[in-house]
Amino acid sequence: MSAKPAIRSTTTWDVDRIRRDFPILGTLAHGKPLVYLDNGATSQKPQAVIDAISHYYESGNANVHRGVYALSESATAAYEGTRAKVARFLNAREDREIIYVRGTTEAINLVASSFGRLKVKAGDEILVSAMEHHSNIVPWQILAEQAGAVLKVIPMNERGELLMDEYRKLLTPRARIVAVAHISNSLGTINPIKEMVRLAHGQGVPVLVDGAQGAPHLVVDVQDLDCDFYTVSGHKMFGPTGVGVLYGKAGHLEAMPPYQGGGDMIRSVTFAKTTYAPIPAKFEAGTPDIGGVVGLGAAVDYLGGLDRKAAAAHEQDLLEYGTRELGTVPGLRIVGTAAHKASVISFVLDGIHAHDVGTIVDQAGVAIRTGHHCTQPVMEFFQVPATARASFAFYNTREEVDVLVEALKGVRKVFG
Amino acid sequence: MADLTELYQQTIVEHNRSPRNFKTLDHPTHHADGNNPLCGDQISLQLKVDGDVIKEVGFQGSGCAISRASASLMTAAVMGKTSREAEQLFRSFHDMVTGGPDAPADPTVLGKLAAFAGVRQFPARVKCANLAWHTLHAALESDGTPISTE
Repeated sequence: MSAKPAIRSTTTWDVDRIRRDFPILGTLAHGKPLVYLDNGATSQKPQAVIDAISHYYESGNANVHRGVYALSESATAAYEGTRAKVARFLNAREDREIIYVRGTTEAINLVASSFGRLKVKAGDEILVSAMEHHSNIVPWQILAEQAGAVLKVIPMNERGELLMDEYRKLLTPRARIVAVAHISNSLGTINPIKEMVRLAHGQGVPVLVDGAQGAPHLVVDVQDLDCDFYTVSGHKMFGPTGVGVLYGKAGHLEAMPPYQGGGDMIRSVTFAKTTYAPIPAKFEAGTPDIGGVVGLGAAVDYLGGLDRKAAAAHEQDLLEYGTRELGTVPGLRIVGTAAHKASVISFVLDGIHAHDVGTIVDQAGVAIRTGHHCTQPVMEFFQVPATARASFAFYNTREEVDVLVEALKGVRKVFG
Repeated sequence: MADLTELYQQTIVEHNRSPRNFKTLDHPTHHADGNNPLCGDQISLQLKVDGDVIKEVGFQGSGCAISRASASLMTAAVMGKTSREAEQLFRSFHDMVTGGPDAPADPTVLGKLAAFAGVRQFPARVKCANLAWHTLHAALESDGTPISTE
């Protein structure tokens, strides 16, 4: 590889040591070292998470909140222990503000369904942003249709930054909730959540933050943000798939009706009337993904053992370096150039469809996402059918950026 | 290991660069829209069918090289064929790109369409190759509903 007049890396992050924690990073794809740059879709798992899940099934498996025997008690302790860990991870006031769900999608559906039934009536307005993932659009559309409410969109500029003046205007007395991504999955924009919450609360409007991309990249403090809801997907923050978290302020969660009925969410059941359990159990009907929760707990522990400031600095270094190096690829245009960005780079190659780009770089062992990233309105806004997206985690390296760039330079050769 | 040159054969690259029958028709008798949500491919297909014979085909849309070249080659391949012949060709094509029971395909049946044989090594791209054909099928059925590969 040729010497580069470097943007010098200023981080002290020991990326080689970190990479050894993730066994999959040592594997091959098409005979080449795997260059995994699709962390926005899902992150890889450290050995500690894999071990925690195996260990749970090898020696800790029992249903929770049921048995009086030792095994069930230890499973319950692991399950509830993770709740306390997640509460600390997000700096929630209380453990009971942490609801286990399948992921961000279910968390948003829960709020749209339950909080929506409670608060959103005909003629009311629901605010989402122009850069939302489909999972933070469609549940609100369903609610709007059911309630006769109106979905309003906070617009953005061509860099992929929300227009705050327009946002202020949308915070009318008809607004019932704001639902906005902490970090855009397709553009990388980090939204000014604290300011958005302050403005919304000034008008008495609660705010749900889609934290699917926020939690892996940022240290999240829900009390500092003062958001009403924050949603997390375990698998995007180095935990397993199938488990995630809804944080909600206790006052909201207590007032909200149940989302699903079933076992574990009741206080008492007769055919005449059922009374519900207090939170968080009220929102956790049925046997949960206990093994997944244990894995999530291990992921939170793993992140807790890292220097997150150094991790974030390393990611910012990858963002800067990647932005510069991708800029050397002829005909490449970056989509999403917000001033405040996470380590996500969406791009298009002039005249070549993103899906062809994805297939060709895959042959070099590089995994990137191609398509609309479940953000079709964003693609429409930028008038592109699709983009390719490299999304970095703290275990990625500048050398991996170089492999991507070389592979991209080869794309045009295929098309002669 | 799958080889990129098997996927992006010269015929495919060339038809992607200069697609045939990339136009709208005056007074089409049949049309259908297709899309592939995975990669954002969109195709709008128009036909002029006289009796049972496909006299003219035009397509518009945007998509990856595979979907665009496939649409282009398909329009050339089905011109002058009956709808039944076109459907048979679709079946042979489909079997070829999915590695189905009749694969490897008989080159005398598929002609230039045999350029898509490499697609079977790239399962994620099969939908791209098939989109135009699914859309053709929908146009011939002509119930007008947009079709999707998802």
